[in-house]
Amino acid sequence: MGEMEKLRKEAESLKDQITAARKAVQDLTLQDHTSGTSVVGRVQLKIRKTLRGHLSKIYAMHWGGDTKLCVSASQDGKLIVWDTCTTNKVHAIPLKSSWVMTCAYAPSGNMVACGGLDNMCSIYNLKGKDGNVKVMRELAAHTGYLSSCRFISDSEIITSSGDCTCCLWDIETGTQKTIFAGHLGDCMSLGMAPDFNTFISGACDFTAKLWDIRDGQCRQTFAGHESDINAIGFFPNGNAIITGSDDASLKLFDLRADQELMTFQDSSIMCGVTSLAPSFSGRLLLAGYDDFNCNVWDTLKAERVGSLAGHDNRVSCMGVTGDGMACCTGSWDSFLKIWN
Amino acid sequence: MTTYNLQCTKRYLISLLSFSTVNLELFSSALGLFIDRRCELIEDIITRLQDETEGVPVRTVKSFLSKIPSVVTGSDIVQWLMKNLNIEDPAEAIHIGSLIAAQGYVFPISDHVLTLKDDGTFYRFQAPYFWPSNCWEPENTDYAIYLCKRTMQNKTRLELADYEAENLARLQRAFARKWEFIFMQAEAQVKIDRKKDKTERKILDSQERAFWDVHRPVPGCVNTTEMDIRKCRRLKNPQRVKKSVYGVVDDTHTQSPVHTPSQQINKDTREDVEKEILFLNTQLDRHCMKMSKVAETLMSYTDQYLEYDPFLSVPDPSNPWIGDDVTFWEQEACKEPCQQRVKKWGFSLDEALKDPVGRDQFLKFLESEFSSENLLFWLAVQDLKCRPLQEVPARAQEIWQEFLAEGAPNAINLDSHSYERTSQNLKDPGRYSFEDAQDHIYKLMKSDSYPRFQRSNAYQDLLLARKKPETDQGRRTSLEKFTRSVGKSLTTKRLTGLMQSS
Repeated sequence: MGEMEKLRKEAESLKDQITAARKAVQDLTLQDHTSGTSVVGRVQLKIRKTLRGHLSKIYAMHWGGDTKLCVSASQDGKLIVWDTCTTNKVHAIPLKSSWVMTCAYAPSGNMVACGGLDNMCSIYNLKGKDGNVKVMRELAAHTGYLSSCRFISDSEIITSSGDCTCCLWDIETGTQKTIFAGHLGDCMSLGMAPDFNTFISGACDFTAKLWDIRDGQCRQTFAGHESDINAIGFFPNGNAIITGSDDASLKLFDLRADQELMTFQDSSIMCGVTSLAPSFSGRLLLAGYDDFNCNVWDTLKAERVGSLAGHDNRVSCMGVTGDGMACCTGSWDSFLKIWN
Repeated sequence: MTTYNLQCTKRYLISLLSFSTVNLELFSSALGLFIDRRCELIEDIITRLQDETEGVPVRTVKSFLSKIPSVVTGSDIVQWLMKNLNIEDPAEAIHIGSLIAAQGYVFPISDHVLTLKDDGTFYRFQAPYFWPSNCWEPENTDYAIYLCKRTMQNKTRLELADYEAENLARLQRAFARKWEFIFMQAEAQVKIDRKKDKTERKILDSQERAFWDVHRPVPGCVNTTEMDIRKCRRLKNPQRVKKSVYGVVDDTHTQSPVHTPSQQINKDTREDVEKEILFLNTQLDRHCMKMSKVAETLMSYTDQYLEYDPFLSVPDPSNPWIGDDVTFWEQEACKEPCQQRVKKWGFSLDEALKDPVGRDQFLKFLESEFSSENLLFWLAVQDLKCRPLQEVPARAQEIWQEFLAEGAPNAINLDSHSYERTSQNLKDPGRYSFEDAQDHIYKLMKSDSYPRFQRSNAYQDLLLARKKPETDQGRRTSLEKFTRSVGKSLTTKRLTGLMQSS
């Protein structure tokens, strides 16, 4: 038997053992366990504000740390920072490239970032001395489009790209600190852990990966989806992750059990999931779809308990504020809506 | 490939993907098998809808002097969807029906706007030739031929709508030099059409029109063929070779604006497989927690935080988004926490540290126990991780001097192993130099100091005594406030002083 042959056999046997180990801990499914829990009842969220101003499809939005400001990016080539209470535009930042696909707000509120088909992540300083918002850094090294970015602090940012890698950058020097490679398809989205020590990425190879920021290693891989994973996020306690895919379903994976706990799907839902956000307690899961609607799921029972209908085109992005008070949805119809 | 084989291949590939690396070649070729799921699902429904026994009744309807062939009413479709997809709410059935119509699989025979109505409006099914799954991206030349053809046939039902006439005028200007060619193609199409049976033509004409309603929608309607630019490569037709509706040969090939032609496919090297085995071994070594335990954690977490979730419990004071009362946010910012907030600090050390007021309280408690250096060290390291790189080495040294060096003013208690590791790290200081030490100190606080904090008098007092926030007292009448303040000033001022001044 050739050496390669032997190695491949070893890999196969390890995979079988891992599958067996995962099966061994399946003493009860989540659904069995929660069958006795009380139902959440119908959840009806209403539109409280509509943010008008973009002239084209909105591709991304992100809440700031203080739960009143948010930033949105649109194909009209603008990045707008909104005061969501008054619906005023705090900043309207014109971009060099109008093909923007993602945006992020730094937790400190001092910076925003965006990127897209230009393969770069541009960092803007909102608290410049003369009041003007200027480009602070242009992080260029990816060989594919920038699909998502998230700040760790004012000094570091993580990006995911269509070149199948994610990257940790030092903003001050504008250099790559760590490259997270391993996905076999475009990385579409990323989510930061509540403790900022790890992050997750979802890709077009239908898997999600958990990465350790410090050593650049992939800690765990989760498969099960049958199509691109467009959206990903952590459950509030940091022990589980949620993924949303083009296969019209969402999945809940637990990090400690190393496997899938629940799938959220319905025969009447035929469109892909574009975005997701858990509510403050994690009991509710809000997801935006291609069919212009959002659905609200009961995370523990995998039942639909509500829907948000109000957009005239695909819901492309959504987010829940840090204090859980409101949810914002952004759509290809060029509007953002605040719900609760 | 049969559906069964497709399912098996999908499952096999998915199980492969749950591990780190996979033979890239195998994966790339398999990708071609994954058809757009939405098309798959809708086409399944459409096929069932048209089934002779189980589907909707498609019939020819008599109207004035003519017959309308092959139609079904909107309400028939809605009823069928409700029954066969187990939908209780007609609004949801209409929503799905509209989605199917917007894609062009079923269309109203007398309207350009593609939605489904739950009434007697007549609909027709689209020919499979025109289905979106055939990856149509019709060029403007095709559209020009189509509009031109319509003007050649003297039938009122084929009269151009205003927006179509505008489109035609624009295309004539754009294709001024090619117009003779387009005109000829249109004539040829008209000749072909004339040969067909009258009823068949009625049906085909309407199907063709519905196709163009999808690809050149009425102004104001959503263009459902718009693709997310990130997904351009996901099309079954990655080279985007344009095919013409009317068989017109076109030489131009366009590249996806997002991706360059497929890269070199690497064969698995020995190194790759060895890396994979390493990864798999780490995976195997990881202890998998029991599902029941994990489920328990999830349930208790959501339960504990339910009262703090504004989507599930009415917040107190009211949600600032409803009614514009911003008291809630003001409260969060102020130093006097309400009972609910104090309660949260007792959930976990993380919660106490997250809240600045909670952190202060915990620090005060540690000071009373003479172990505040632990929290101060933890906070200093957190801050270090956020500093700009150039400041890191200096700051790291400062932290070492303050907490770890011999004779340090705020010496923390570390085990010898962590101490050694940290002093090694400090030779080349970075953001994570104190990671081991921080972990150790965190665990110490969590298992030792924090439980005592939870039981402490200071915390318990806060938990029980503060039932309402300070602002509630502010709601008392102004008279009450006045008398209280007068009373205060009387007791604090020396009575003799007052008497003398009056």
